[in-house]
Amino acid sequence: MLSILGICVVVSPLLLTLTLGLCMLLRIPLRERIISRLTSTAVVSGLLASLAILAVMLISDSRHVAVSAGDWVRLPETAARHAGEPDTVPEHHHTPGRPAEAHFHFTLKFVFDRLSVPFVMMTFVLCGVISAFASRYLHRDEGFPRFFLFFSFFLTGMILSSAAGTIETLFFGWELVGLSSALLVAFFQDRRGPVQNGLRVWSIYRIADAAFLLAALTLHHLSGSGDFAGLAGQGSWPEGDAIISPDSALLVGLLLLFAAAGKSALIPFSGWLPRAMEGPTPSSAVFYGALSVHLGAFLLLRMGPLLEESLLLQVLVVLLGLSTCVFATMAARVQSDIKSSLAFASLIQVSLIVTEIGFGLRYIPLIHIIGHACFRTLQLVRAPSLLKDYNSLINALGDPEAAAAKLGVSAPARETRLYRFAFDRGNLDPLLDEYIVRPVAAALLWSDRMERRWTAWLSGNSRTAGEETAIQPWTDQTMSG
Amino acid sequence: MISELHLPWLEIGILLPLLGAVICGFTRNRLRGHRIALLFAGLTSVCTIGEWIDFGTVQAFEAHDHWDLLQWLTGRSDILVIDELSAPLPALTSLLFLLVLLATLRTKLERFPLSLTLLSLSLTNATLSCHDPWLLIILLSLSILPALFELRQRGQSTRVFAIHMGLFIVLLLAGWALVDRSDGTASASGLSAALLTAAALLRAGVAPVHCWMTDLFEKASFGTALLFLTPMTGAYAVMHLVFPVVPGWAMHSIAVLSLITSLYAAGMAAVQTDARRFFCFLFLSHSSLVLSGLELVNVIGLTGALCVWLSVGLSLTGYGLTIRAVEARIGRIQLNRYYGLAEHTPTLAGLSLITGLSSIGFPGTIGFVGMELLVEGCVEFYPLVGLILVISSALNGISILRAWFRIFTGCRFQTSVSLRSRPAERFSVVVLSLLIIGGGLWPQPGVASRHHAAVELLRLKDRGLFDIDAEPTQPESPAVGPLNTPKNAPATPSQPGTAYAAWQPLATPVTFPATFRSVDNAAQ
Repeated sequence: MLSILGICVVVSPLLLTLTLGLCMLLRIPLRERIISRLTSTAVVSGLLASLAILAVMLISDSRHVAVSAGDWVRLPETAARHAGEPDTVPEHHHTPGRPAEAHFHFTLKFVFDRLSVPFVMMTFVLCGVISAFASRYLHRDEGFPRFFLFFSFFLTGMILSSAAGTIETLFFGWELVGLSSALLVAFFQDRRGPVQNGLRVWSIYRIADAAFLLAALTLHHLSGSGDFAGLAGQGSWPEGDAIISPDSALLVGLLLLFAAAGKSALIPFSGWLPRAMEGPTPSSAVFYGALSVHLGAFLLLRMGPLLEESLLLQVLVVLLGLSTCVFATMAARVQSDIKSSLAFASLIQVSLIVTEIGFGLRYIPLIHIIGHACFRTLQLVRAPSLLKDYNSLINALGDPEAAAAKLGVSAPARETRLYRFAFDRGNLDPLLDEYIVRPVAAALLWSDRMERRWTAWLSGNSRTAGEETAIQPWTDQTMSG
Repeated sequence: MISELHLPWLEIGILLPLLGAVICGFTRNRLRGHRIALLFAGLTSVCTIGEWIDFGTVQAFEAHDHWDLLQWLTGRSDILVIDELSAPLPALTSLLFLLVLLATLRTKLERFPLSLTLLSLSLTNATLSCHDPWLLIILLSLSILPALFELRQRGQSTRVFAIHMGLFIVLLLAGWALVDRSDGTASASGLSAALLTAAALLRAGVAPVHCWMTDLFEKASFGTALLFLTPMTGAYAVMHLVFPVVPGWAMHSIAVLSLITSLYAAGMAAVQTDARRFFCFLFLSHSSLVLSGLELVNVIGLTGALCVWLSVGLSLTGYGLTIRAVEARIGRIQLNRYYGLAEHTPTLAGLSLITGLSSIGFPGTIGFVGMELLVEGCVEFYPLVGLILVISSALNGISILRAWFRIFTGCRFQTSVSLRSRPAERFSVVVLSLLIIGGGLWPQPGVASRHHAAVELLRLKDRGLFDIDAEPTQPESPAVGPLNTPKNAPATPSQPGTAYAAWQPLATPVTFPATFRSVDNAAQ
């Protein structure tokens, strides 16, 4: 029963993605109403299934329900032994109940526990609300089907990540969330700004994903299977002790922290968050205000037993959270547009959540995530109506800025620099560009010029084709202001 | 005794395109020539897929044709042979040729060499089925000619291509001649190893001798350049001719240089402004990644490398096809501007994204599991190698989306003619997409097949069973292999047939097969 419900939770968004994707690939046009209904059906069926799982868990007092869809990929061990490979696999390699001959397996396993069930339900609720909002917001927009296709990718990625029982499955969903985010930032594809910002988001995600992949495979190697249950011993979340050594936990934890920093826009990757607001308001609300931005914190929560193995790692998590919080607090107060302001306000809460995780709290960050996600979604979907609200307030209360001007209130001169620092978002993006991207790109462009000259010389032609068209490829990635 | 297939698939797969090339050569009408080329490429594709299926039913490590013409002529049954490694390669190659021919627009038929393309298909299929070293060298040399002829026909300078490929042939001939005459002395084997290693580096386009690749992409037609490189006959040649006989230092050199090339090419792809050069570096990064992965000595890593070999061939050919299709509509693509073609060519935009993401091992595509296995295999023994692979993959991912954004988004493309994809192009797109997504969602059959091949290859390496030049240096017991040799075992001096696994610490010797011919056959 629980297996069927668990499969239903995962399969409903997957079917939606496949349906919308195949229709688009085969150029079968779908009407807006059909797309909306398909999305609603997937969301509602997934939500009902997750509610049913919660009910069964509460009735049976079960804290941990594992649903395995079997081995997606499985390489038998016997063959490896024939090849003379040493048995480096530790005793705990095998998942309980797994046949002993499995040497490498990519198990599609989903876990429903006190972390994943609230996260899955929150995802379905917020995605359902946003899909209903978007079906009106994007009515008759030529990108309507495209939006819902990317949205279904996002939903699938979020559900896979939330309910993942192994780190590889989590990585699978993590990547889908990253791609859909980048493509939705670039949703208004006729303009350069969104496209450039989409590429920026994608670049940060790819770098963070590289760290995640290394962490996942290192963990797979160390713990034998990449299974969260195996990693955390027998205890269900948030209990359980990591079975790897503190040094290994530090290594894997650092990689995961790097990945989480990229996904949750922690320092030094905070620059992508306001850029992501170039996308349509529904996607900004659900991705960067509510769900996607919390995925890094979710990862840290899921890997809680690992963090507890290393004090240094916990200290680093707290420091990263606090420094991001201070930075985001300053930036949020001086942004000149509502979506950027909300983005940094969101970052303040995310960094506080990360700090809480670093202090060893588990339930409080989870409640914080849910509360913050719901509140921020509401704020962001109301952002387009802000001017109307603001004018209503001014009509009722008077203009506070005009009142301040009458009193002659102005910022002290010594705060100007701090103001500019905050307004320019700490210059994080220009710093990354100047000190990391530019030197590497310059060296590669020099190599490119040399290669062209060498080839031209070998061809007996002094003209170096294309050299004159070479540009600085990073320049358009830098968003001014 | 080599097992037999049920039909002469291999010979048909070679002779059919050869016949097609002759008929196309005599056909003046280009449109009719195109149809003939499609017919023969399609039939060849069916035959090679049949060969792959038939090989699966034989359940042997290697097999040859049922009515083997070459056996009748030469008395040897081990010339045209497919094994676990090469079984899917002719099928993949034939499919790639068919799709490229299918996606060639009528407007490009005047310039696209149909006859030479079919000749290339025949030579490539022969190369991928050939286990005789000298014949393999001859075929590798001949397969250069179609590309060379095309460059000459187009009035382009052939010097860069000719110099590199000429040097490759000379080095390969000299190196193999020394191996053939080797008396086992260290100097002879050292020289031959150096020559063969240099040849391998040249053909695989390992930096810094990769300029012929960018030159080919810039000067030849995109289709020809694509089909010359994507079957990765260079890697096949390295596996069959070089790895079996070169000592540890040579393998180590190839592996390290491949890895550096993978990272370097990934970086170069990220800064290119010309789409063809961008694609070339992207391909080079992936093919180098495969080459470095093939030298892994653990079964997971080798399985991953073999999977990536297939997925990269499929994905990057599809990706190249989309660039070619866009080029056919708007001319050479510069990546320093935006084109905004998604509105006009949504199908191509979709395929471009799917194939590009598949090549970097994005989840849900055919490349995902292969890349995961490859990095897992590296991380297990050589974390630094795994790190470099992951960075290369991340850079490639950034480059692919950058190119996608430049070509398909960023502005509105104004045109008075329809740029929509043609039915044949759409067919190619759907076939490729289904293969890529189908292979990604249901990867077990493909991975199991490559895993079996990897296990057999490592078993051969362990036991030296297929080594014709050297006595097996390890007992046949499965329990005794290079990887479970004591870690501090003393290194044996290099000798023909004995090599070191490139990523293995040098203290652990590995014996590689000189060819994939079995001892039994050699004795015959």
